Amino acid sequence: MMNFTITLSGFVALYIFMLAGFTGWVIIGRVPAILHTPLMSGSNFVHGIVVVGGLFALLNASTTIEQVIGFCAVLLGAGNVAGGYAVTGRMLAMFKPSADLKPAKS
Amino acid sequence: MIISFTHLVIGGVDLVAAFLLMFGLKRMSSPVTAPSGIFVAGIGMLAAVLASFLYGFDVEAAAKPFLLINIALAAVALIIGGGVAWWAGKTVAMTAMPQMVAIYNGMGGGAAAGIAAVELFGGKVNGVTALTVTLLGAIIGSISMSGSVIAWAKLDEIMKQPIRFPGQQIFNGVAFLATLAVGGYMVFVVASGSTPLITFEQLIVVFFACALVVGVLMTLPIGGADMPVVISIYNAATGLAVGFEGFVLQNPALMIAGMVVGAAGLLLTLLMAKAMNRSVANILFTNFGTVVAQKQGAIKGSEKPTQAADAAIAMRYAASVIIVPGYGLAAAQAQQKLYEFVKMLTAAGVSVKFAIHPVAGRMPGQMDVLLAEAGVPYDQIFQLDDINGDFKDTDVALVIGANDVVNPEARTEKTSPIYGMPILNADKARQVYVIKRGQGKGYAGIVNPLFYADNCNMVYGDAGAVLGQMIDAVRGLGAKAAA
Repeated sequence: MMNFTITLSGFVALYIFMLAGFTGWVIIGRVPAILHTPLMSGSNFVHGIVVVGGLFALLNASTTIEQVIGFCAVLLGAGNVAGGYAVTGRMLAMFKPSADLKPAKS
Repeated sequence: MIISFTHLVIGGVDLVAAFLLMFGLKRMSSPVTAPSGIFVAGIGMLAAVLASFLYGFDVEAAAKPFLLINIALAAVALIIGGGVAWWAGKTVAMTAMPQMVAIYNGMGGGAAAGIAAVELFGGKVNGVTALTVTLLGAIIGSISMSGSVIAWAKLDEIMKQPIRFPGQQIFNGVAFLATLAVGGYMVFVVASGSTPLITFEQLIVVFFACALVVGVLMTLPIGGADMPVVISIYNAATGLAVGFEGFVLQNPALMIAGMVVGAAGLLLTLLMAKAMNRSVANILFTNFGTVVAQKQGAIKGSEKPTQAADAAIAMRYAASVIIVPGYGLAAAQAQQKLYEFVKMLTAAGVSVKFAIHPVAGRMPGQMDVLLAEAGVPYDQIFQLDDINGDFKDTDVALVIGANDVVNPEARTEKTSPIYGMPILNADKARQVYVIKRGQGKGYAGIVNPLFYADNCNMVYGDAGAVLGQMIDAVRGLGAKAAA
């Protein structure tokens, strides 16, 4: 049987962590202070990806305690994702340049 | 064959999702592209969540009999958790945004801790490395969850006073070490294959209980003014926990997204702490606001009150005005009125700019969001470094509900607790008006010499009421001119 799965262990994992950490640092370093709140909220939304892990754990649950905790993990993760998206989207939609606010755009 | 195919599809979707999440964050680095940034990230997230249901084709043998019920549970959890949070996020007032971010962040931390718990209870963690990483993610996630709940309670003013007692830091340190010790013992038990003193399940429960308690203990003594930094730390912590659990689940998308947020959150925390002129350790481990018993030098002059109408008319005939808003403006919900007043000034030919201190509001940049909500275009809003040079050529600086961020002592007075903190040089303007509720002190509890300066006049009252009077005064002027 063909096997497409890969194992992420040891140094491979550390390389991923290092590059991802560097990426995060560089992305935020360029954000103007005016966007810090939406950005905190936006990065809060991004770690909502944890819900995917929650789904994996719940679908593989085989005892009641695993099911209960897995359910809670998905519930909380879904809240993180949906709430994070809703507040970030609302905040960002408010930022408008002067040109948009004047009736006649030039 | 179907097993590998499932993995291939999920792997592909997660790869695209990880790219979209990072690309979205990148687009948030400019106000022009930011709204599309969150949309792009949202698409990636949605795809990843939907693809996760494909895991159903490939569950462990033990979980096969429960698959249908597990899928139903997952759908219910997604709908309830997502629905409630979506509704809350859409309806909450903008001023309540910091506590919403806190609670959503706590949820993420809880989810990461939950994943660790499922893996531990299910006995699915194999090997010392995986166990150590799982436990690390579990500690960080649990602290982030319970700590965020306390932060939320403080920001929402359910919990008004910081709770402090003698020897608290030592007590907290012991609690944290105890958590680490329980985790270390679990690793030892697994590594050596020895029989634990209590069952492994009981160890897991004790471990999580300790970690949750540490999160509460850590956050209790920190004052409400420092909560933005605390939320930022917990945001980074949740990212880290998600990254670690991603390693345990062998899911690179979680590892990447988690670590991106971890690093981003760390940088954001450092930027914030710098803006407050304090180290992160100082915020977490010293009881700010209680030990300030500094010797106050004699301040020359007196606070000179003036009428709102007089100040308004002076601004109407000024050439340039810089407005320094603080949390007092948001507390009075007066942003709309302020912008209405500003539009009147602009229409009369006055050049008006907004100067935002990095820690104005309760979250860095919250004041920018609140002004944006009121309709202020972002090119009229200036950050500290961009505008500080302009004050000396400005006719009027209008300070509304801000105090410590315009305290000139930060530049000169070495004994002051805020010495060295970057401030807005409002005192350099030719005339300063300060709208303030009363003769109180700022968060730092220090007297502000600016209020006593020769070029400063105080307008006492609620920011909303004062701005109303200012609008009326300028409008009255226009009516007289027309008559």
